[in-house]
Formats: sequence, structure tokens, C-alpha cells
Amino acid sequence: MREKDININRVDWITVMIYFVLVMIGWFNIYAAVYDGQVDKSIFDTSINSGIQLVWIGTAIAIIIVIMAADYRLFENLAIPIYLVMLVLLLLTPFIGKEVNGQILTIGFGSFRIQPGEFAKFATALALAKFMERPTFDLSKTKYQLQAFGVLLLPIILIILQPDTGTAMVYFSMLIMFYREGLPQKYYVLGIGIIAIALLALGIENNLYLAGAIVVIVVILILMGKKTPQQIIGFSVIGLGLIAFTYSLDFVVSKLPEHQQNRIMVLFNPDLDPLGVGWNVTQSKIAIGSGGLAGKGYLQGTQTKFDFVPEQHTDFIFCTLGEEFGWLGSFVVIALFVTLLTRLVFMAERQKNRFNRIYGYCVISILMFHFMINIAMTIGLFPVVGIPLPFFSYGGSSLWSFTILLFIFIKMDSARALQLGRMG
Amino acid sequence: MNDQRPVVIIIFVFLVGAVLLTKLFMIQVMDDSFMKRAERNAIQRIVDHPYRGLVYDRKGKLLVYNNPIFDLMIVPKEFEVGDTTRFLELFKITKEELIESYQAARKYSSVKPSTFIKQISTNEFARIQDFLIDYPGLFIMTRSVRSYPNPIASHALGYIGEISGRQLERDSSGYYVQGDYVGLSGMERFYEDELRGVKGVKYKMVNVRGIDKGPFKDGEYDTASVAGHNINSSIDMELQQYGEKLMMGKTGSVVAIEPKTGEILSMISAPFYDPNSLTGSDFGKNYTELNKLETKPLFNRPIMATYPPGSIFKIVQSLIGLQEGILTPETTFACNKSLVACHNHPSPVNLFGAIRNSCNPYYHQAFRQIINQEISSNTFKDTKIGLDAWRDHVLKFGLGGQLGVDMPNEKIGDVPSSKYYDRVYGEGRWKYSTIYSLSIGQGELLVTPLQMANLAAIFANKGFYYTPHLIRAIDGDNTKIPLEYQIKHEVGVDAHHFDMVQDAMAEALYGTATRAIMKDIQIAGKTGTAQNPHGEDHSVFIAFAPKDNPKIAIAVYVENAGWGGRAAASTASLMIEKYLKDSISRPALEEYVIAGNFIY
Repeated sequence: MREKDININRVDWITVMIYFVLVMIGWFNIYAAVYDGQVDKSIFDTSINSGIQLVWIGTAIAIIIVIMAADYRLFENLAIPIYLVMLVLLLLTPFIGKEVNGQILTIGFGSFRIQPGEFAKFATALALAKFMERPTFDLSKTKYQLQAFGVLLLPIILIILQPDTGTAMVYFSMLIMFYREGLPQKYYVLGIGIIAIALLALGIENNLYLAGAIVVIVVILILMGKKTPQQIIGFSVIGLGLIAFTYSLDFVVSKLPEHQQNRIMVLFNPDLDPLGVGWNVTQSKIAIGSGGLAGKGYLQGTQTKFDFVPEQHTDFIFCTLGEEFGWLGSFVVIALFVTLLTRLVFMAERQKNRFNRIYGYCVISILMFHFMINIAMTIGLFPVVGIPLPFFSYGGSSLWSFTILLFIFIKMDSARALQLGRMG
Repeated sequence: MNDQRPVVIIIFVFLVGAVLLTKLFMIQVMDDSFMKRAERNAIQRIVDHPYRGLVYDRKGKLLVYNNPIFDLMIVPKEFEVGDTTRFLELFKITKEELIESYQAARKYSSVKPSTFIKQISTNEFARIQDFLIDYPGLFIMTRSVRSYPNPIASHALGYIGEISGRQLERDSSGYYVQGDYVGLSGMERFYEDELRGVKGVKYKMVNVRGIDKGPFKDGEYDTASVAGHNINSSIDMELQQYGEKLMMGKTGSVVAIEPKTGEILSMISAPFYDPNSLTGSDFGKNYTELNKLETKPLFNRPIMATYPPGSIFKIVQSLIGLQEGILTPETTFACNKSLVACHNHPSPVNLFGAIRNSCNPYYHQAFRQIINQEISSNTFKDTKIGLDAWRDHVLKFGLGGQLGVDMPNEKIGDVPSSKYYDRVYGEGRWKYSTIYSLSIGQGELLVTPLQMANLAAIFANKGFYYTPHLIRAIDGDNTKIPLEYQIKHEVGVDAHHFDMVQDAMAEALYGTATRAIMKDIQIAGKTGTAQNPHGEDHSVFIAFAPKDNPKIAIAVYVENAGWGGRAAASTASLMIEKYLKDSISRPALEEYVIAGNFIY
């Protein structure tokens, strides 16, 4: 009895509140996205998506209750089995799943279908936490780096096979967690550098300018450095490597499937083909951009209402918000996400054991990636990637998986007083 | 070492939030182009074209109405051609035309409608109407073009056509857009603002497939079109029709005015054209053809052709002389043919005789006295003073300037001033002998047929006129006509001076225009012959009738028809009879005019 009381009082209600606010805003926006003034159906009408989403929300609450009622040790104990089950489900999906648009993402029967790719996120998070909690596990050592990447790589490979590149990319967000857990900074500097050069190489028509810039930077570095032969050779090799990279990038891009190539090119010039490949981004930007400061008013949007934006109730749900509530509405939602993520960092840092903290950072990584990439793609800052906005986008699998992901951590956090400190 | 990493992660989270909000601020608040693009996307502005006002004649008979025509519209994204051969047969187009029209429409927009086949007639529309349902993406948009139950008065009524780029540039009202119809000539142009009505606008929301999703904001911003005002023209349809029958095959002008009001009863410019030819889909082709013709049927002669007034001007000279006190009815001059040529008649003559006989030397001498009143001892200066004083008189008769008729492009004619002669001959280097031809309406003098008809009205009214106009009422209300047509203009000659002039004009018919004489209606008239250096002289006649209570004043010009007493006087007489009695008692005269052999 005493144990339970502590449990309830220790629940981080701020996080729970933000969760419900986001879910409700999302639900209202789903209604706005599918609303048709000429038909005028109620938000509760289960013949439209907002009604169905309400069912998902209801079941998500049931899931929350189950998670909160469960023993806090359950998730740690089941971490590896859950991970293995998910891997099997992912492996089976292409064989027993249902094909839609060339992708096989869901399994199930009748109208009840789940998307294993979504649930594999929390399973992988649990597995990584379990795997990395050992006191000896040190991410600055190559051996452990490879092991951690291995755990990550298995679901990635299976998801790419579906193929669902967008969801697969989510797993790379674990780099945030790896960063917290001590993966050396040089990898991030190198990675960000390569991405920056790649973006420049794709954005700038003539690679010669970029190559020139690299040469100048290398010369400056050499002049500023110790001018030892070793360093001069080292910088020169890196410079040449980067130049080779910029020139090979166009070749690599040209070898990508056409729709992925187009998505990348559209990022740099959305007007390249506004009615074709650029359609999604262009229409999405028009919808959001037309919202102005305060928006057109709830249910008054024209762009999202009349199907100008594809996938507007799922991946492009942010358009509805941007159009009807304007910049102020966007500000509120982004502020909520930023607050949630910051809160989660605090929560992760106050955990007494490494398992909880690693899992917490996995939650942060996954939510961060979805939040950042989803909104960035709707405003043309990132290529179109088919990933949902957490708690917002329509869909049972996505809402359930984010709910499970988040509430397992809330549960862990609420039970932290019962745990022994065993930080590595 | 790892202690600062959570801080780095929080900074990263805030940074991402800031980047997203900045970009959102840029596209949502700072850049309003997305708002416009959203409107273009989802809101269709549909203009509801108003019905243009109708035009009736003075008795309420319809002159101009609207005829529906049909534009076949296409939405390329929805369009399915099905069996091409059947389609081509149905719409009577070639495969090339189909491809060309379709591609043009696609280029404009694949989801918005554009014109596929322009201006389908009512008959064609009836034929294809039932088949349209087989072709998704095609629909009919109704427009209207002008139509004329009787093909008359084409110049006076004018025509409408698509607004030109230059007109669009000059339009400060912002009313017009590309493709709008606008009055281009005649009354259609002058009364454009009254006739056009007010456009209505409907804002309709459409979805991505162009499908109607109902009115924007429940039609809050929609406005209904308001039909244009109907206009009653002062034209008498039957008189106009009769006049055109008489003028068929000739070149010239007939202008008939109701003297008491200045209302134009009939305005004929021959050769004429069928106003129905300048409507609908053949406008461009027909206009080009008409424009190429050597007879210039588009040229609006009553207000744009100028001729020397000739002998008719002698009446104006008489009136100025009387008003100035230079002449009295008893003033006599000898018919001195050494001054200027004349025909044989009794000599000397008094003023009455001078008008009746159209005596040239009389006016040569009379005009010298009007001009040289010896105000200055210098004969050159004296002439200059006299000419300008005389010119002021003439201008009051509505000559040498635009009368202000309700049609565009009215010519002013010419009444030369001293400045003109100074320029041509040098200051102080011209005198009466330089300008004497003005005395008999020759020389530099030029008038339009409309100005001549107005002169007839002035003579009929004994000294005043209302600016001639084609409008009688707007929406049946004659007080709504422009104010300038309700103002009486005095010519500055006392009414009693006109008595003798009117008598002389009535008498003149027996000397020079016996064909015009009617048994029961007394006509006062004056013949003229406008000299034409390029061929036969132009036959001119002005008149008003009945002399004692004038109801019609008329000027007739028949080009290259010689002497005024034949073609012009006969035509005028028949017009007067038609208007006053509504029947023709002289079929032989009518036949003579219609046959048109005036030179013998």
C-alpha cells in the first residue's frame, strides 16, 4: 500500500499534462484536417478520422493505466524478449503483411492492423538500455561502439527491407543518446562537417567553388597549425578526401531511386516542379504560410480542408495547425515540444540507475527526431520523410507506440525512489 | 566530462525550436505570398457579368438587345475525350484544333476552367447540349452579345468589343479586366458607364481537384450583378429605317433633329453596315473586311466628314448682318458678277431676294461691310478686328467647335480666325480681298452635317438650340439625361430677325428646290452645293418644317450628286413627310431618290 502511494505521488505530472495537451490539440487538428463544411460531421463521428482517433486515444489511456499499474521491474526484465519479438515481427512483416503503395508496413487481421516498425522503437530503446547498462560498457571504446550499433542496426535493416526509409532513419536519432552516454565528440564534429559539406555540395551548382573553399580552409589550418610534416600531410589528406566526397556525392545521389533523388533536389529548389515532386512541399508551405500570425481560425483553413496538402491528417498534420492557428499556434506547439524534451532531459538526469537514464535518453532521441524532422519537412527545411508528428498525427500505431515509449519512462521515473542507485 | 552533455542536448533542443519558429515566422508572418497562393489555390473568383442595358427608340421600339452565346469551357484534368472521331464530329473541329485548344488550356491550368470553343451560337448549343454529359471536364458558360432586330443606325448605336490593352492601361476605374466587353463606338461607347451595369462577384471554394466546395465564408463577400440601365434613344426607328432605304447605295449623311429639344430623330451615315456583323465570333473578321472597303462604311460621316457649307452659310451671314445693324431687310446690293460669279436673276436685290436667289455678289458686298466697320483706319487692322468679331458670332451658331453630341470622335469643322491668316499670310498682310470667299460659305470654312442640321434647328427656333443628342431618357426617365443636353444655347441674334429669314427660306424652295415642295406642309429650306475638287459636287440641303411650328430640322448631304436642289432636297422632303405624316404621298419622288441618278 505504501509502495503504491509513493508511486502515484512520484508521477511527473508536468510531462503527463504536456502529453495530454498535445494529444488533444492533435485530435482537434485531425478533425480540422478531415472537416468538410458541406457534410458537417461531428468530431466524434467514427466514420471520419477524428472519431477513429478518439478510439485510439481511449485505448492509449487504457495502455497508460496498464503501464502505470505494472511492476516497474517488468520492462527491464522483459527488455530483451520484447526486442527479440519485435525483430521477429519485423522479419515476418514482409511475408504476412499487407502491401500499400509498394510498402509492407502493417500486420494484423481485418481492419485491426498494427505497424511493427512503430513499436520496434520502444523495443529497441529498452534493448539498448538493457544492453548498455553494464558498468563496463564504455562508448569511447570501439568494441562497445560496435556492439551498440549492432543492437541498433538489426531493426534498421529489417525496416529498410519493408521498405520504410523514414522510420529507419529514426533509429539514427539514438546518436543523441550515444552522445549523452559518452560517444566521443570527434564523431559528431566529423558527422556534422560531412553533412554540412554534403548540403553545400548539393545546394551549390558548381562544386569547384566548394573545392576552392576547402583548399583555402586546409591552407589556413596548415598555416595556423604546428607545421609539422605529419600535420601538413594529415590536413591535406582530409582536404583531398572532402573534395573527392563533394564530387562523388552527385554520383551517389544519381544512383539513388528517382523519388528519393527528387525529394533531395526539391529541398534546394521547391519551385523546380511545383506540380510534380515539389507538390507536397509547395502545398504544405502554402498552407502553413497562409496562416499568417494568428491563423485563419479553427476549421476555416482552405488549403488543408480541400486536399491541397497530401497526407494532411498523418505526416502533414502540422499544416492544419499552421494554417488555422498561424505562427502563434505553431509557437505554442513547438514550445510544448521543447518543454517536454527539456523536462525529459531533467527526468533522465535524475534517474538513479543507468538503465532508466539510457531509456530516458532513447525517448528524448526518438521524440526529438520526429518533432524536428516532421516539422522541418512541412516547411521545406528537410526532404519529405514519411514520419509522424508524435501525439499529433492520425494513426493508432503511432499514437500507441509514442504513448508506450513515453509512459514506460514516466513509470520508471515514478518508481525511481524504490530503486537502488547503481550508476556505472 | 559527461556533465555538460545534457546541457548541450538541451541547447540543441532549444536551437531546433528556434530554427523552426524562425523559418515559420519567415513564411507565415513576413512573406505574404503564400497567402496569395493559397487564395489562388482554393478560392475561385467568378465574375457574374451583368446584362448590358437595352436601347430603345423614341417610341419604345427595341433597337439593341442581348443575345446569349455560349462558350464551351474545359477543365483539362477532368476532361475525357472518349471516341475522338465522334467528338470531332460533334463539335465540328479538326483533330489539330482539338489538340491545340487542349494544350492551350492545360498550359493555363489543369484544374481551372478555360475557354475551349468560343461563342457557340444558340443553334449549335442546342445541338450539342445533350451530349455534353458524355464529356467530363466540359461545361458551358453563357455570355451575351449585342443583337439588333433591325439592322439600322449602326453608326449612331456603335458597337461593343473586347477591351484593348491600351484601353485597359488608361482605365482608372479598375472596372475592366482582359476579355471584358466595352463600348467601342457610338452610343455604346458614350454611355458605357450607364449601359454596362455592375459586375457581380462570387467567391467559390474549390478543392484540389477543382470541385466546388461551396461559397467562401458563406457568400459574405459575394455581390450580385446589377443590369445596366436601359436607354431610350431619341432616334425614330421608322424614320431611320426609311432614311436608310433612301440613302441605300449612296454616300452621304442625313441628320434630322427635333428643334425644340435638340433630340436627334435620325442620323444616317451612308454607306452603312449591318450592326449584327460586328457582334459575336465574327467581329474581328468582319471589322477587318469593313475597314478595308474603299467606301469606308465604318466612317461616321454625320460627325466626322467636313464640307464647306456653301450657300447655306448665306443665312448665317444675313443674320449676323441684321444683328450687327449692318443689314436691314431693305438693304440692297447689285448682283455685280465682276466681284464673284452668280447665276442670272433680277438685280439689284434686297436681303429677302438675296436669300431666295442665293446671290453671291450680294454677300460679297454685305460681308465686306460686316468685316470692315472702319473701327481702325488701317484697313489690315480693321479687317482683323472685323473678322474676329464676326467669328465670335459664327461660333455661337455651333460652328467651328464640337457641339458635344453624345458620340465619340466628333469633328469640329473650321471657322478660321485672324491668327490663322496671320500665320499663313503674315500679320498685317491680309485684308478683305484675302478672305472674301468666307462670305458665301467657301474658303477655309468647314462644317459637319450635324452642325448643318443644328443650323436648321437654330433657324427653326429663331435663335437658340439644344446640343443635338441621341439620348432621350435613361430607364424611361428623361430628367436623367446628361445636364448639358438640357441647357438652351442662344446664338445672340434677336428672334425677330429670323422672321424674314424664315420667309425667305420658304420662298427659296420655289427658286432652287421645287422638288422639295409639299402641298400641305410648308417647308423652309436652303440648298447648297459643296464644291468637290475630286469630282461631282456634293448635293446639300437643309430645311425645317412645318415652317410655322417646326417639328423637324434636317440636313442632307449626298456626295457627288451635284446640285443641292435634286438629291438632297428630295431626300429631305421625303424624310419630313415620313416623320410628320407617317406616309408618302409622292411615290414618284421616292423612286427618283431610290434610283439615285441625280447627275443629268
